[in-house]
Amino acid sequence: MGSMDSGIRDVRAGRLASSEYSEVFSDLHPPLSRHEAFVESDRCYFCYDAPCMNACPTGIDIPLFIREIAAGNPTGSAKTILSENILGGMCARVCPTETLCEQACVREVAEGKPVKIGLLQRYATDYLMENGQHPFTRAAPTGKSVAVVGAGPAGLSAAHRLAMHGHDVTIFEARPKAGGLNEYGIAAYKSVDDFAQKELDFILEIGGITIQNDKALGRDISLDALRAGFDAVFLGVGLPGVNELGLDGEDAAGCIDAVDYISVLRQSNDLSEIAVGRDVVVIGGGMTAIDVAVQTKLLGAENVIIAYRRGPESMNASEFEQELALKNGVIIRHWLQPRALTRNERGEVCGITLDYTTMNDGRLETTGESVTLASDQIFKAIGQMPAEKILAEAGMALSRGRISVDEERRTSIPGIWAGGDCIAGGQDLTVAGVQDGKLAAESIHRALSMQPEKVSGFAEAVIASNSEPATTSAQHTANPGHISG
Amino acid sequence: MADLSSNFLGIKSPNPFWLASAPPTDKAYNVERAFKAGWGGVVWKTLGEEGPPVVNVNGPRYGAIHGPDRRLLGLNNIELITDRPLEVNLREMTEVKKKWPDRALIASIMVPCEEEAWKAILPRVEETGCDGIELNFGCPHGMSERGMGAAVGQVPEYIEMVVRWCKQYTRMPVITKLTPNITDVRKPARAAKSGGTDAVSLINTINSIVSVDLDTFAPNPSIDGRGSHGGYCGPAVKPIALNMVAEIARDAETRGLPISGIGGITTWRDAAEFIALGCGNVQVCTAAMTYGFKVVQEMISGLSDWMDSRGFRSIEDFRGMAVPNVTDWQYLNLNYITKAQIDQDLCIKCGRCHIACEDTSHQAITSMVDGVRHFEVIDEECVGCNLCVNVCPVENCIDMVPMLSGVDPRTKTPVQPDYANWTTHPNNPMAKVAAE
Repeated sequence: MGSMDSGIRDVRAGRLASSEYSEVFSDLHPPLSRHEAFVESDRCYFCYDAPCMNACPTGIDIPLFIREIAAGNPTGSAKTILSENILGGMCARVCPTETLCEQACVREVAEGKPVKIGLLQRYATDYLMENGQHPFTRAAPTGKSVAVVGAGPAGLSAAHRLAMHGHDVTIFEARPKAGGLNEYGIAAYKSVDDFAQKELDFILEIGGITIQNDKALGRDISLDALRAGFDAVFLGVGLPGVNELGLDGEDAAGCIDAVDYISVLRQSNDLSEIAVGRDVVVIGGGMTAIDVAVQTKLLGAENVIIAYRRGPESMNASEFEQELALKNGVIIRHWLQPRALTRNERGEVCGITLDYTTMNDGRLETTGESVTLASDQIFKAIGQMPAEKILAEAGMALSRGRISVDEERRTSIPGIWAGGDCIAGGQDLTVAGVQDGKLAAESIHRALSMQPEKVSGFAEAVIASNSEPATTSAQHTANPGHISG
Repeated sequence: MADLSSNFLGIKSPNPFWLASAPPTDKAYNVERAFKAGWGGVVWKTLGEEGPPVVNVNGPRYGAIHGPDRRLLGLNNIELITDRPLEVNLREMTEVKKKWPDRALIASIMVPCEEEAWKAILPRVEETGCDGIELNFGCPHGMSERGMGAAVGQVPEYIEMVVRWCKQYTRMPVITKLTPNITDVRKPARAAKSGGTDAVSLINTINSIVSVDLDTFAPNPSIDGRGSHGGYCGPAVKPIALNMVAEIARDAETRGLPISGIGGITTWRDAAEFIALGCGNVQVCTAAMTYGFKVVQEMISGLSDWMDSRGFRSIEDFRGMAVPNVTDWQYLNLNYITKAQIDQDLCIKCGRCHIACEDTSHQAITSMVDGVRHFEVIDEECVGCNLCVNVCPVENCIDMVPMLSGVDPRTKTPVQPDYANWTTHPNNPMAKVAAE
């Protein structure tokens, strides 16, 4: 500490020996070996109406894929997984399994040691991606085209499913690379070896998908143009904005958007070039706060403090993530709310004053006490914002800035579907986005199949399908029928 | 403290655990290591007649069935009898017996089915000072193609004949080792008894192909692309062995004939079960071949501690206690009614009991009650089959509870307190009418 008195910020790259970076940023959960996978898969009881399966947002048949591993058929296992979740490889790495499938596992109930479903899923999907071919084939071309906005998990999931059904898909992505948060957002130690791009390549093998990078909604493309040029539109635009602290000086050097910092880190080929402070303060209580805190610690920051304005039970970061932060030497301080930033002579932020908070009759209040922490870097990780303005201008029904959708992921505008973090009521999880994309794609497919000759006006068909499902749609269930050997 | 000492046919050993005739007992080196580890006795690997010894394959001799964590569940072998010269084996046996006088040393023998062959070898074996002989009529591979081993054991008349020769040409106790590769094990056992055998030992290994290599389409173990059936042993064969032992133990003609139990004995508990079915001692092979000779220490302590807990002071105190409880199906009590009962505190809600019952049995277990995942037995449907108990992953979670009185909700008939079996059941066309 001490930087605040002098005002000299200690922010440096290369705090570690260059050989250390690959080690500290190695795989958080190393993959299972073949033997480990056999032993672990044998722990699965192949439950009836398995609770894990019901807990999976994408409804993967977990007992079946685990049994396929146990029987020495990792390829079949991967097909079982990917048929419900085409991003099963990434989900195996980033899903908070401890609050989803593994929490529901009967062995968690029985002995506190669930079957390692996430690692088994990774074993199978890794095997297929390393050894096999793309397991799905495209249906005959339908002549229909669908625009997908955003190449994140939701958009890729929708695009793959639509392509599989024979539609032509064009993805418009604001960033230079596809992948969304998988590429730019997830902590480096959860997705090593450029896995997001490998998975993207794997998904695109289905064919019929074109990606246009550097095309942002509202900047390079408009909803009206998309509706005019395509038979259907899927929005998976995520949350492009970042919430502000609302404090003076937060635009100054030393106060950083956590999301931006992580994306720079993720795109870096040489982590020793990433500058990191000696004293780091992270404001927030979600996954992003944990991700930036742990990664700055791994980059060599000496003191990393997460300051969160409520208690541990209110943190959006899962218990596992909180433990991960603590294990890495991050300090989590609860009941602290930012009040003011301290700036040095050069106008750079070098400290933060936080008020102590407490709950009073269900309301968060400050206690009157405060603490000032010296900091070389302050990271804002207090949530991301939807692209509310663009969406509202298009006349789309929103709920607290996010897109309102029905159970098929249809928006209020006929012909436009949406999914992922940009929709209301979402879980802000990769796996939830994948499910949104899958459901929307099936809904789009049903809509397009019912009105094969009509480009405009298919929204009426959507409405019609609500009241009376047509026979043509009956064969299109959530399960793809095009698995090939 | 229980006394584990064993006296089988007058052959004394400090405990009832012998190593069966097999690779672990092929040489003095191995046998001495076994004695040092605590084994009560060994049956030396089968001796053949004088002359050039048999040869073994030089490729793989074993194949196995594994559990997911590579636990060896069943082992198969195509090794023949000893491939060392007779005189070397006899010399080593003599030395070992001298050095370890308190341990049992049995010679396993397999020579051609000719009187002269047996007459020639028996005196030479006797000279070693060993305690008895075991006739290998069980080896199912290789030697049986040459008219020995199982080829003899499958023909009761041959068994009787050879046993008779042995009893004639040696004073040593004769143990006849039986093959399980027959339809009714009582027949060879009766033949051995008629020939005058002092005991039978069983089971030898079971004809088997453990697996087929799906790349080469060769059976395992594969010798240069081809395979031959082998003899199966290890934990997987224990139920077959127990049944065959019980058949001999309760057969009117062979009842009381001493039995040396063999077949998948891996822990003290397995051994105790064989003894409870009448065996005077047990022989072990696969457990030692899997884990080494030290396993006998667990067997000794386990058997001793269990006997102490039950108040048994010697092996004889509980030997054969399960035999009277083995009976024919027709004598089972048809008035005995049980219903499965699931302990809801122990239930982990895996649902295996439900789906097993629903798909493959009697639709007697719920999966959902009032919209909640809940597994409960429907007494109106439960026939008491025990499948749910067997598939439940939680020990003691499901119990079969006897109905002692009242009305069976499934059949709507009162529970009969008295014993009644098929022989007098009204549905049995052959029913014996109770005498007035």
